Amino acid sequence: MGIIRALDVVYEYLKRDDDGNVTGSIRAVDGVSLDVAPGDFIAILGHNGSGKSTLAKHMNAILTPTEGCVWVDGKDTRSEEEVWDIRRSAGMVFQNPDNQIIGQVVEEDVGFGPENMGVPTKEIWERVEESLKAVGIYELRKASPNKLSGGQKQRVSIAGVLAMHPKCIVLDEPTAMLDPNGRKEVIRAVRALNDVEGITIILITHYMEEIVHADKVFVMDHGEIAMQGTPREIFSQVEKLKELRLDVPQVTLLAYELQQRGVALPDGILTIEELVEEIGRLKECQS
Amino acid sequence: MSILVDHVTYLYETGTPLEHKALDEVCLEIKDGQFVGIIGHTGSGKSTLMQHLNGLLKAHSGHIYLDGEDIDAPGYPKKKLRSQVGLVFQYPEHQLFEVDVFTDVCFGPKNLGLPKEEVEERVRKALLQVGIPEEYWKQSPFEISGGQKRRVAIAGVLAMQPGVLILDEPTAGLDPKGRREILDQIKKLQTQTGMTVLLVSHSMEDVAEYVDRIVVMNRGKILLDGAPKEVFCHVEELEGVGLAAPQMTYVMRALRKRGFDVDEDAITVEEAAAGILRALS
Amino acid sequence: MLRDITIGQYYQTDSVIHRLDPRVKLAGTLLFIVSLFFFQNIGGYLAAALFLALVIRLSKVPFRYIVRGMRAILFVLLITVTFNLFLTPGRTLVELFGGHVRITYEGLKMAFFIALRLAFLIVGSSIMTLTTTPNHLTDGLERALRPLKVFKAPVHEVAMMMSIALRFIPLLLEETDKIMKAQMARGADFESGNLIQRAKAMVPILVPLFICAFRRAADLAMAMEARCYRGGEGRTKMKPLVYGRADYLAYFLLAVYTVGSIFIGRL
Repeated sequence: MGIIRALDVVYEYLKRDDDGNVTGSIRAVDGVSLDVAPGDFIAILGHNGSGKSTLAKHMNAILTPTEGCVWVDGKDTRSEEEVWDIRRSAGMVFQNPDNQIIGQVVEEDVGFGPENMGVPTKEIWERVEESLKAVGIYELRKASPNKLSGGQKQRVSIAGVLAMHPKCIVLDEPTAMLDPNGRKEVIRAVRALNDVEGITIILITHYMEEIVHADKVFVMDHGEIAMQGTPREIFSQVEKLKELRLDVPQVTLLAYELQQRGVALPDGILTIEELVEEIGRLKECQS
Repeated sequence: MSILVDHVTYLYETGTPLEHKALDEVCLEIKDGQFVGIIGHTGSGKSTLMQHLNGLLKAHSGHIYLDGEDIDAPGYPKKKLRSQVGLVFQYPEHQLFEVDVFTDVCFGPKNLGLPKEEVEERVRKALLQVGIPEEYWKQSPFEISGGQKRRVAIAGVLAMQPGVLILDEPTAGLDPKGRREILDQIKKLQTQTGMTVLLVSHSMEDVAEYVDRIVVMNRGKILLDGAPKEVFCHVEELEGVGLAAPQMTYVMRALRKRGFDVDEDAITVEEAAAGILRALS
Repeated sequence: MLRDITIGQYYQTDSVIHRLDPRVKLAGTLLFIVSLFFFQNIGGYLAAALFLALVIRLSKVPFRYIVRGMRAILFVLLITVTFNLFLTPGRTLVELFGGHVRITYEGLKMAFFIALRLAFLIVGSSIMTLTTTPNHLTDGLERALRPLKVFKAPVHEVAMMMSIALRFIPLLLEETDKIMKAQMARGADFESGNLIQRAKAMVPILVPLFICAFRRAADLAMAMEARCYRGGEGRTKMKPLVYGRADYLAYFLLAVYTVGSIFIGRL
């Protein structure tokens, strides 16, 4: 069984008018099922309002499904006794770094999670040190979070989750508020955690470049899973992605345009190297 | 309206050990009706420079001329300056406050002391210009989508009918389609009105296809300035300051390296595709 | 500019004072303030000045930085001095405006001592906040107030609230600055008009500020829960408060100062 499993999850919230009367309900998540294997790098894509963030919050028991079931590491998220175990196994990083850093000093913030879990003092320090090193900001441990760049702040948030020794980290649009350099820093750190530490990653984003290396991609629309597959499978469906308010990486788009004009290229080209390679091969065949 | 920035220097945290130059002898001339992208990463001084243009910040040395007049000269009407150089900040959440969209957009023109009829006329025009249809006008500005909030914020400044419109990161936090829609709308607005538009961004790819000219800033100085194609020729310099050229530039360079006879200055997918087809035939 | 306010803002460096236990610093600040109210002559103030100078020196916080923070309360200081200068009865020194306003010998003396006392009070307490991270400070308070838990006082919760408030003050100040600029760019005017007009002009700042603050609070609560926060029960400390030799020495020096300065101050 997977580390995170969702079965026919529905999440509804009620819409109220100014007097607080219920006027209707909205299904933010509508019948989602998925199964995430340990060690996987999963990406969830979708436009704003597609339900991807609501789904993410189910993986940490911040929300529980209206219908259906979510299991984290085999534990049902609706069970109240197990909620802290669930939050320990599946850590969560949010969009706005300023709204999730509690500590006044980087190292104190990273220690916040272990403190809550009742980890002995000596071990907290060990965990803080290794977490900061894992995301490459050990030298900033004494700094004030307010003085850091967006990318650094977000890496502090990741270290804070890492110090809780989770099996899985859910990142809810961690790069949406960062500049291109910050985005790269964060994605590099996340990939390293997946490659080196073998932590399961669930990355929620709408930046296409960030998911090229994912093992599996889910695309959400109207609370449902509209597409799923490897990045290559997903990106080969340029038209469908556009319908879902998403982009494809420009290289993939270029390959697609060339295909449309009769150039014999394979589907789902993801990198510049691949494209140049393929075009080079075509030229050799011509001559 | 034309803008001339003449040797402007601005210091942050003056009198402390942290004192540094946010702007360092910046000179920049922007002609009437130009659509300019101002690019740089966080802390490059781009936002600081923009806040000088409508008098929110005052240069420690140097001058800024709007249509030839020094905006810091005694007697220059500050209030008029703010309405002439419209500045839209990054987060619409920082400016929306009224009960409904329409009333919120009224705030700017009302501050100019215009009669009620004219205020409402301008607001209607501005909302339509940014693509907010009438059915949204009575809605709360807090209950509309992120992309619409952004449009309402732009309308709030547009309703003052400025000669220069400055947009600070208008696409931050939007999804890809939302980004495209906003930029298309701005481009349309710029062509229709002939307004001078400055688009501040840290994303090359976003602005490359839209603007006539790109100004790259780094550490309070202007690093590169020219048409997009000219600027993107300097890939090494851009990378040296942590920026990148559009992906297409890299594709064309890689192809050239492999012996293809393609132009290196393609920016859009269209141009790249056309270039590759030519090289293959 | 709002950002220039330095009262209470932690100054990051490494010094003996920075490393002291926050409980020592809390007690020290309290004793120092109390001592100020016992002085009856200049001697006590000299002793206090010497003590303060020594602590500032040891703290490695630049004196200029401390003085800059004082600017914000200069106004309060001036008002107090003026009141005391003109309203204290006693032997007349100078008569102004045909005898309507008198400066007395006692008034001058009082104003001088009040100014000193206030300035010392503020510098003294800002030394504490300048050298102690807010988290450390709330830790100290939490420990010092722990006996109150017997009366079911929510000591941990209050301490946590304080530390969060302190963490978010700079962020909210920055946000206020941005909101003001955004509204000024729409022609808002915060500087002219009468009191009512000015109060009304605050609405376009306060509404976005409150909405942003509530948003932050909701986000933060969610992030804390996601990191297993569930109140003070069963929590361990990354930096538990343990007295070291320097702390005992500091307590001893404090006692010497308190007794000594009060003795000199009342000779």
